Amino acid sequence: MASYTTNDFRSGLKFMLDNEPVSIVENNFVRPGKGQAFAKTKVLFLLTGRIVEKTFKSGESFEPADVMETDMEYLYTDGEFWHFMDSATFEQVAADSKAVGDNAKWLTEQDSCMLTLFNGTPILVSPPNFVVQEVVETDPGLKGDTSGSGGKPATLASGAVVRVPLFVQIGEKIKVDTRNGEYVSRA
Amino acid sequence: MNPLTQKILQRSRFIRLIREFFDSRGVLEVDTPLIRPYSVTDPYMSALACLNPRGEMQGYLQTSPEYAMKKLLCEGAPDIFQLSKMFRADERSAIHQPEFTMLEWYRIAMSHTELANEVCELIIALLGNISIKSTTYRDAFFNCLEIDPFNISDYDLKRHAEQLMPGLPDELLRDNYLTLLFSELVEDSFNKDEITVVDAFPASQASLAKISEFGDGLTADRFEIYSGGLELANGFSELADPEEQLQRFEQDNHQRLTQGDEVIEIDKTFIASLKNGLPTCSGVALGVDRLMMLKYGATSISEVTFQ
Repeated sequence: MASYTTNDFRSGLKFMLDNEPVSIVENNFVRPGKGQAFAKTKVLFLLTGRIVEKTFKSGESFEPADVMETDMEYLYTDGEFWHFMDSATFEQVAADSKAVGDNAKWLTEQDSCMLTLFNGTPILVSPPNFVVQEVVETDPGLKGDTSGSGGKPATLASGAVVRVPLFVQIGEKIKVDTRNGEYVSRA
Repeated sequence: MNPLTQKILQRSRFIRLIREFFDSRGVLEVDTPLIRPYSVTDPYMSALACLNPRGEMQGYLQTSPEYAMKKLLCEGAPDIFQLSKMFRADERSAIHQPEFTMLEWYRIAMSHTELANEVCELIIALLGNISIKSTTYRDAFFNCLEIDPFNISDYDLKRHAEQLMPGLPDELLRDNYLTLLFSELVEDSFNKDEITVVDAFPASQASLAKISEFGDGLTADRFEIYSGGLELANGFSELADPEEQLQRFEQDNHQRLTQGDEVIEIDKTFIASLKNGLPTCSGVALGVDRLMMLKYGATSISEVTFQ
C-alpha cells in the first residue's frame, strides 16, 4: 500500500498511528531557523474520538488507514447491534454500541445515516441532521397555547426525550435537529 | 487602485528601497547562478533537482546563494549583496514557500555583531522606527523556560521538552529538542512590537559560522533577528577555514546517513575557493517576503507574493 509522509498532511487525512486509525484535525509546518523541521498536528483517534497533540519529524512516513465514509440505510436493532444496508449493493453491516454511541436515540428505520468504516467495520454512525419521529409520550398540553414558551418534555419512538411546545400531542410526528437535539417543527 | 496594482506597487517600492539602502553604503549587487551542480549537505534541508527533457540531471536550484557568493569573495569581490529567488523543497506554511525571495549580503572585515546592527538599520529603513532588543540565546531560553540550554543534561532536556510540548516523537537529538523548544516557545515569547536580536547560539547549531568561547561554553558567532516570533534573518561571522568547513560538511553527510537520507555530494569547488582565502567577513540572509508581510500587515506569505 502506498504510504503518506508529513508532506501529504492536510486536515482530514487518515492514517495509522500506534495501530489505530487517526485523522488530521490541524497541521502546522514548523521549521526552526536551523535544524530538523516538524509537522505539529492535532490528530483525532477515530476509535475513541480523542483529539491529541502530536509532533512528527518532517518526512516521517505512515500507512494510510483503510477508512471510508459511506451512506447506509438503517434497518433495525437486535438490542446488541444496529444493522445497516448499502442501498446500492444490499450489503449489510452491524455496528456495535461503541460505534453508535449516543446517536442510537436518533436512529430511525429507513433513514440514511453516514457510517465511517475501518477495515470494513463501522466505527462511527452519524444520523441525518434532521429526523422525523412519533411522539409516544408527553403531558397533554393546554389547548390553544401556541406560544411555545418553556415547552414540555416529549418521549419519541426511539426513546429520545426532546423539549417540545405545549401544543404537541401524543401520536404526532415531529422533526428534530439531531445535532443539538432541538425540536424544529411538526412533520 | 485595484488590489493587484497596489500589490505590484508595494512590492516594487520595497525592492527599490532595499537596492537604495545598499547603493548608499557602497555594497554592490551580484546575481550568482541559481542552478548549480551542487546542493547543500544540511541534514535538514532538501533542494529541488533540475532535469532536462531526457531526465538527465542538470543541477540543483539553490537553497541559498551562500557558496556562490563566498566564492566571489575568495576571488577578491568587495562587499556584495544578492536579492533573488531561492528554493527549498517541501517547505510550505503561512510563512514558508518552496520559492521565496532572499536578500543575502556580505561585509568584509565586519563582525557579526556589527552586521546585526546593519540588518536592524535596514529593517528600520523599510518598516519605520521600531524598538530593538538584544539578547543571548542562553538568556532568551532561560528567561522563557528556566532552562539553561548549555548546561542542562540530555535527560532533563528531554523530560522538560516532553512536558512542555506533549506528543513529541521519541528520542530526538539534543539539538532537535533545543531548536523545537526555541522556535515554538522561546521565539513565541518575544515582544510582538519589537525586533529581537539573538546572539551566541550553541556551537552545535553553528552551520557555517565561526565558533568561539563564550562564558563557560562554545558558541557560534551567529545571530538571528526576529519580529515578535517571526524569524527574519540569520547571520554569521563566516567560517573561513577550509579544513573545518570540509569536516562540517562530512559531519552533515554522516548525520544524513544515520537518518537514512541520501548523502549529498560536497561542493569541492567551494572548498577549493576557501583554500585561496576567504577574507574575514560576516554575512546574513534575510527573508524579504516576511519583511513585506510585516510592512503590509499580511498574515500569509501568499498575500505579498504573486503565487
